[in-house]
Amino acid sequence: MTGYILRRLLQFIPVFLGTTFIVFFLAWGMPGDPLAGKCGDRECPDAFVAAATEEFKLDRPLIVRYGYYLADLGRGYLGRSFTGRDVSEQLLAAFPATIRLALLAVLIEVLLGVTIGVFAALRPGRTFDTATTLIGLVIIAFPGFVVANLAQLVFGVRLGWFPVTVSDPTSLCELLLPAIVLALAHQVTLSRLTRSAVIESMQSDYVRTARTKGLSEARVVGVHALRNSLIPAVTYVGKDIGGLMAGAVVVEGVFNISGVGGLIVQSIRSHDGITIVGAVTVIVVAYLVINLLVDLSYALLDPRIHYD
Amino acid sequence: MTDLLQATPRAAKDGVEPRRRNRSLTGEALALLGRSPLVWVALVVLAILAAMAIAPGLFTNVDPQRCILLNSRKPPAYGSWFGFDIQGCDVFARTVYGARASLAVALLATLGSTLIGGALGLVAGFNGGIIDAVISRVTDVVLGLPTLLGAIVILATLGNTGGGVLRLALVLSLLGWATEARLMRASVLQIRNAEYVRAARVAGASSLWIALRHVLPNAVAPLLVLATLSLGSYVGTEATLSYLGLGLQPPTISWGTAISDAQPYLASAPHMLMFPSLVLTVTVLALVMLGEAVRRAFDPRSR
Amino acid sequence: MIGFKTTSGGEPLLEVEALSVALGRGAGAIPIVADLSFQVRPGEVVAVIGESGAGKSMSALAIMDILPPTAGVTGGSIRFMGEDLLTMPAQRRRMLRGSRMAMVHQDAPTALNPVYSIGWQIAEMFRVHRGATAADARREAIALMKKVGLPNAEERAGAYPHQFSGGMRQRAMIAMAIALEPAFLIADEPTTALDVTVQRQILDLLVGLQQERGMGLLLITHDFGVVAEVADRVIVLYAGRVVETGTPDAILTNPAHPYARALAACVPHLDSSVETLPSIPGMSASLATAGPGCAFAPRCPLRRPICLETRPALREIAPGRRAACHFSEEVLADDSRAVA
Repeated sequence: MTGYILRRLLQFIPVFLGTTFIVFFLAWGMPGDPLAGKCGDRECPDAFVAAATEEFKLDRPLIVRYGYYLADLGRGYLGRSFTGRDVSEQLLAAFPATIRLALLAVLIEVLLGVTIGVFAALRPGRTFDTATTLIGLVIIAFPGFVVANLAQLVFGVRLGWFPVTVSDPTSLCELLLPAIVLALAHQVTLSRLTRSAVIESMQSDYVRTARTKGLSEARVVGVHALRNSLIPAVTYVGKDIGGLMAGAVVVEGVFNISGVGGLIVQSIRSHDGITIVGAVTVIVVAYLVINLLVDLSYALLDPRIHYD
Repeated sequence: MTDLLQATPRAAKDGVEPRRRNRSLTGEALALLGRSPLVWVALVVLAILAAMAIAPGLFTNVDPQRCILLNSRKPPAYGSWFGFDIQGCDVFARTVYGARASLAVALLATLGSTLIGGALGLVAGFNGGIIDAVISRVTDVVLGLPTLLGAIVILATLGNTGGGVLRLALVLSLLGWATEARLMRASVLQIRNAEYVRAARVAGASSLWIALRHVLPNAVAPLLVLATLSLGSYVGTEATLSYLGLGLQPPTISWGTAISDAQPYLASAPHMLMFPSLVLTVTVLALVMLGEAVRRAFDPRSR
Repeated sequence: MIGFKTTSGGEPLLEVEALSVALGRGAGAIPIVADLSFQVRPGEVVAVIGESGAGKSMSALAIMDILPPTAGVTGGSIRFMGEDLLTMPAQRRRMLRGSRMAMVHQDAPTALNPVYSIGWQIAEMFRVHRGATAADARREAIALMKKVGLPNAEERAGAYPHQFSGGMRQRAMIAMAIALEPAFLIADEPTTALDVTVQRQILDLLVGLQQERGMGLLLITHDFGVVAEVADRVIVLYAGRVVETGTPDAILTNPAHPYARALAACVPHLDSSVETLPSIPGMSASLATAGPGCAFAPRCPLRRPICLETRPALREIAPGRRAACHFSEEVLADDSRAVA
């Protein structure tokens, strides 16, 4: 167990360096003027160019700058936008709303995905399975921002069930509709994954053994088949956090939630490149850490991992 | 002695359909595809969309750039099926003309990511060793970074420097090749150790010859399946980026920009948003359904 | 190891009458077992022997009511302790399963659930059927683990299946099966996947428990050697049908069906100098592919035209012996069997 955790922590280091380097490279290493998109529609003011060159060591080689970037990241400093605002402070203020939205969305995703997946797996090829598969395809086909806009139009504007925009600070109730929208597409993949994992489990020898023991069908499925099927499901949810965060950018933009995603959308509109890079960096780091936690949680789900 | 419980269903299935055994996997997959009505529906939809992209003039004689402010936000009526947008442009005409940019980005991005991913996967799988290790680690990292987030960073950094369709396709290819690379590498590893490849090696065939002649043809089918599925997701990503104001920019007409422009008027003029969204969704749906059908047809386990 | 045989009496524990099992439903159904009839009395060991695909396992799964969803019972009756299992409410049948009738499956890497500890999986029997508390069930599970010869039971109860050897897993499987002291036990190839040295231990454990508790045991195997030592009666299945029944001695020394004779010839004898075992030529048949005649006819050395046209009925050929061959008398009289 300790060996497993240590190995995972060691593997985390190159992945962390690689991913942050890519984000850094995309933001600062592309050919052309690194400050091109970072000051709105206009040229950067000379004072800002001078300050940024000093701050981001733009006169140094890329790899040295990456070192400084990592060091800044380590002390929680993500730069200052051309309007002079500290990006970290803005992100700190925005983060709670995003965390709440993401947690709620993951909860809805897991509840919907696992439930649908299990019931589809119990009678594969039957009405419920076919219907959820087809509906799933349709849901996947809807780009997130279309669903968000339609949900806002129908449930917010027309029916008035949910507030059209969200206040600040947000309440969980206000976040319900955005979270459902966010969870909807991700739930589809999760349910199909759960479905195939449960189908496989149901044909396994241990499920036959469980039946032989005279257990109720509910216990056979819920205790014996599902526990084994949760491993691929948890993997997916972990890996999918990144996609969920990307989706949150759009959803927060549509519902005007002042989270990290909302901040990114605002910054795109005001062409504030430094804030965008900072926000994406934080999302990516959060995603990497969550993935690490998911990896570690395997040890709890699957006893075979202890002794690998 | 194997247990009857496991042996029988498969054996029985083979026994019932003995004729299918002789056909090749590809032939069988194509036959399976041809029998599905959903595949035909998807193909017809895609053919119409392709025609729209190539010759939009066939579908409307209204100029999408000719906008009369007087018509601003007028709802659908006779002669203007989809109504007018905020500038007073015909929404139907703009939707028809938007197909070209949207589909071009998806097509080029799919092509780009398949080429990049295919080449890297081939090199990694074929050479093994340190080259494989490096490419595989980079693949893992790129796979972990959501395409949309990466694209936001690059496009925001590049600013509005123009380039349109090509630039967007390039950005998406650079971020989206990892799945293709992983798939290609897996196919290559599987084939590399096959009997006939060993035989070719013993017979003195060069690595390049083996790679092109033996490995590629066998790896194409799964890559094709993935490409069909990625087409749909790239159409969605392009629209999302354009919607966020980072993808295609006016005066380029695309579904994403149309939806983006319509969003502030969601409550008062929903038709501006509904129609481009509908066409966008139908496109992605057709591609997803086709991709799904192709995937099933080529996956022996799902039969 | 020898001397397990007992004469048994009393009312039959299990009565199977004309049982038929098929894969699929309706017109496209593929028959697997047809017209299977036998009885098991308390304290009796009945062996079912036959090749892979003969329908042995399917019959057992049908008795336990755990057939895969694609298969089903298409005819006949199964009575257990006087009650008709097939017309019994599903709930009651499930409660019988595990408590009054139990089954040991062939060992497979995943025959036990990989994510629960061995102790937990044995204790589950007491928790589900008896409503025992977790602590009580665990105590019972540890006692059972000792009973089936699992060393360091207290410690090993928390271990997972992948930490056990095949033989150990099979002991745990047996512990689970006998946990609630069932009257009837099915063992489906209980030793097949195990090392040769372990096979003997597991068989001894099973039969020892059967003797001690007076259980009825239905032993499914493809190994005539196993049958000879422990079974009171043998049922030989070929392509889903019974071809011969009788005592193991009678069938081994003087078979009445050519298939049984071929099977008996495959049993290695310590005193024989033959280095290679004979095998039965030809492909094994299944009920679905068999013609109108005898399913064994295509492989039978005694085949005559009638064998391909008319299926021989299962008939009494001697007291306590039945066989389904047009020429049983000829087979019985023929002494050409290689092993004396």
